[in-house]
Amino acid sequence: MGTSTLLTSSTTLIYLTASILYLAAMIGKKTKAGRLGRWFLLVGVIVHAGSFAVLHSRVGGTPVTSLQESLSFFAWCLVLLYLLLELRFRLSVMGSFAAPLAFVLMVASALSPNVVVQLNPLFKSWLFPVHITLAFLGNAAFALSFGAGIMYLVQNRMLKSKHFTGIFQLLPSLDTLDKVNYTCLSVGFPLMTLGIISGAFWANTAWGSYWSWDPKETWALITWFLYAALLHGRLSAGWRGRTAALFSIIAFMFLLFTFLGVNLLLSGYHTFEAFAVN
Amino acid sequence: MNIIVVGLSHKTAPVEIREKVAFPPTAMAAPLAQMQALPAIAEAVIVSTCNRVELYAATRTPEAGIVELKAFLAHYHQLEQVALDPHLYHYEGEAAMQHVMRVAASLDSMVIGEPQILGQIKTAYGYATEFKTAGTILNRFLHKAFSVAKRVRNETEIASHAVSVSFAAVELARKIFDSLENKTVMLIGAGEMCELAAKHFVNNGVSKVLVTNRTFSRAEKLAEEFSGTAVNFDDFQEQLHRADIVLSSTGAPDYVLTAKKLKDVIKLRRYKPMFLIDIAVPRDIDPAANRLESIYLYDVDDLQGVVEANLKERQKEAVKAEAIIAGEVQQFQSWLATLEVKPTIVALRRQLEQVRQLEMEKTLSGLSHLGEKERKAIDAMTAAIVNKILHHPTSILKQASTSDDGNLYLDAVRTLFDLPEPAGETTDSVKPNRRS
Repeated sequence: MGTSTLLTSSTTLIYLTASILYLAAMIGKKTKAGRLGRWFLLVGVIVHAGSFAVLHSRVGGTPVTSLQESLSFFAWCLVLLYLLLELRFRLSVMGSFAAPLAFVLMVASALSPNVVVQLNPLFKSWLFPVHITLAFLGNAAFALSFGAGIMYLVQNRMLKSKHFTGIFQLLPSLDTLDKVNYTCLSVGFPLMTLGIISGAFWANTAWGSYWSWDPKETWALITWFLYAALLHGRLSAGWRGRTAALFSIIAFMFLLFTFLGVNLLLSGYHTFEAFAVN
Repeated sequence: MNIIVVGLSHKTAPVEIREKVAFPPTAMAAPLAQMQALPAIAEAVIVSTCNRVELYAATRTPEAGIVELKAFLAHYHQLEQVALDPHLYHYEGEAAMQHVMRVAASLDSMVIGEPQILGQIKTAYGYATEFKTAGTILNRFLHKAFSVAKRVRNETEIASHAVSVSFAAVELARKIFDSLENKTVMLIGAGEMCELAAKHFVNNGVSKVLVTNRTFSRAEKLAEEFSGTAVNFDDFQEQLHRADIVLSSTGAPDYVLTAKKLKDVIKLRRYKPMFLIDIAVPRDIDPAANRLESIYLYDVDDLQGVVEANLKERQKEAVKAEAIIAGEVQQFQSWLATLEVKPTIVALRRQLEQVRQLEMEKTLSGLSHLGEKERKAIDAMTAAIVNKILHHPTSILKQASTSDDGNLYLDAVRTLFDLPEPAGETTDSVKPNRRS
């Protein structure tokens, strides 16, 4: 087992432990478990970063060129952003969404075909890691806003129907969930925008064209418009609460398709095969 | 030494009886001293609240102690004991410990989980320490009861669900707004319940109060109470968008607020959430308003439903609390038992040590040629023999002290070694005043 594999496996185990702790904190109402979960995530994100560093030195470029690596990198971004979010809002209940999601992403990554490609020199440009990191951090922020959106809808439904089950006590207030949703959107949107712009610049240096209507580009643009509409709605039309939560959930569905569906189902230079030397 | 409890509470006595046997907090010295002066009573604590009067005591003779305490309670308040007896309960030993811990943890309260009772017992204990009527046993036991109450509070959710309509409203508001600070509450009508609910909101951080009423002077008066603003009843709907929380309790026969009006209001608020509480019967606010986005409308029945659900939740938590208490009672019982065995072990050691010293002196007086080193060796050897002989019986006694036949072992040891009755350690230290 290579060093990076060992580090990745350890990360998966750490994320699993953190997930169990966060879920125990939520179901069993054990605040200590939640705090411990946070520490595990912190260690996890560091070990995970170590695995990327090792992989980077081995392939001599950004190690996000296969589905396996992409899923893993997405998990890392998600955990990183979640930890920052928890620092800001002290919402360990969100951890019971973020940690298991990171674990599932790691498992999905481990189950994806391990394609070791000889990286096309085009991908060794400094713009590529910038583009990838911004795009993935943006995606992670939107995943968290999706989580907050779901929690908002559950809480809203309980308050409206006046049926309070166990989870009611655990969920934060509507106000907090709406703030989290908005914070994630306002962090995710600029990241996504910069991700697209840096991607366009990199495409220009690689292929001599900023934009070539590749399916990924098209879907990314659609998703960007959706999030732009949501941000606009929030800032100017007073969208908030349920409407904003629903919109962020729908937009995330589009984002998921852009991230996974396009790479797996459609062809273009964003498919993983395209990263290899022809 | 044993713990006993004699008392009555809201569960066993009507208020007419409870008020007759209450002890005023300003005059606790006399009853405490009288209680402790009873022949069977070693230590005394009196708990007197509006819902219960309980006498806690440490005694060597529980049965006699209970009889004396009952008679004391009747005699002190100049009541017929026959009339008082049917309302009294009594507990001894483990049952007494369990009862006190249950009371301290608020499992025996009218509203399970209410926090006041613990403070009241602490105050009662404060008087007992001030007048020196609590000794080793009750000191240790009541501290234990306080820590158990704290454990129950921390480890269960017995007190985390609101059980009054007003508090349930505040709790729900926190689920919508997070913090109530900088929120505005509007009172429509000036009903008593509305006023009470408003007080709870203000106590929980609401900063601005608007009051409207058909009689403007009444609105002004109430607004003044909250340092708020009175709003003319004809204009209040125009001001409604300023309110985050609305409490309505007019006597109007029809809806004062229609869903259509609220639709306009919420639009004006750019869908910032609004929490409406309709306390009026017949209702003031059209129930259809609850279907509008960002509007959360609760009537009296809804809030009552929340309270009932919370009460059920507290009952569930009480089961967990009972388990905690059962464990703690066992632990305390063990400590009490080791306290009982301690004087016997000490006496046994003392007696064997005396025998050893005596025999050593006799033997060594005939062996004057021995040097200091040899004498020390013999001294160490005899001490080791005594220790080795005592080791097993001591541990057996300690073990037996926590079991039912503990006293059997104690009696056997005392008879076999002709030890004196253990009036010593525990009794001496727990009766500081009676003998002084």
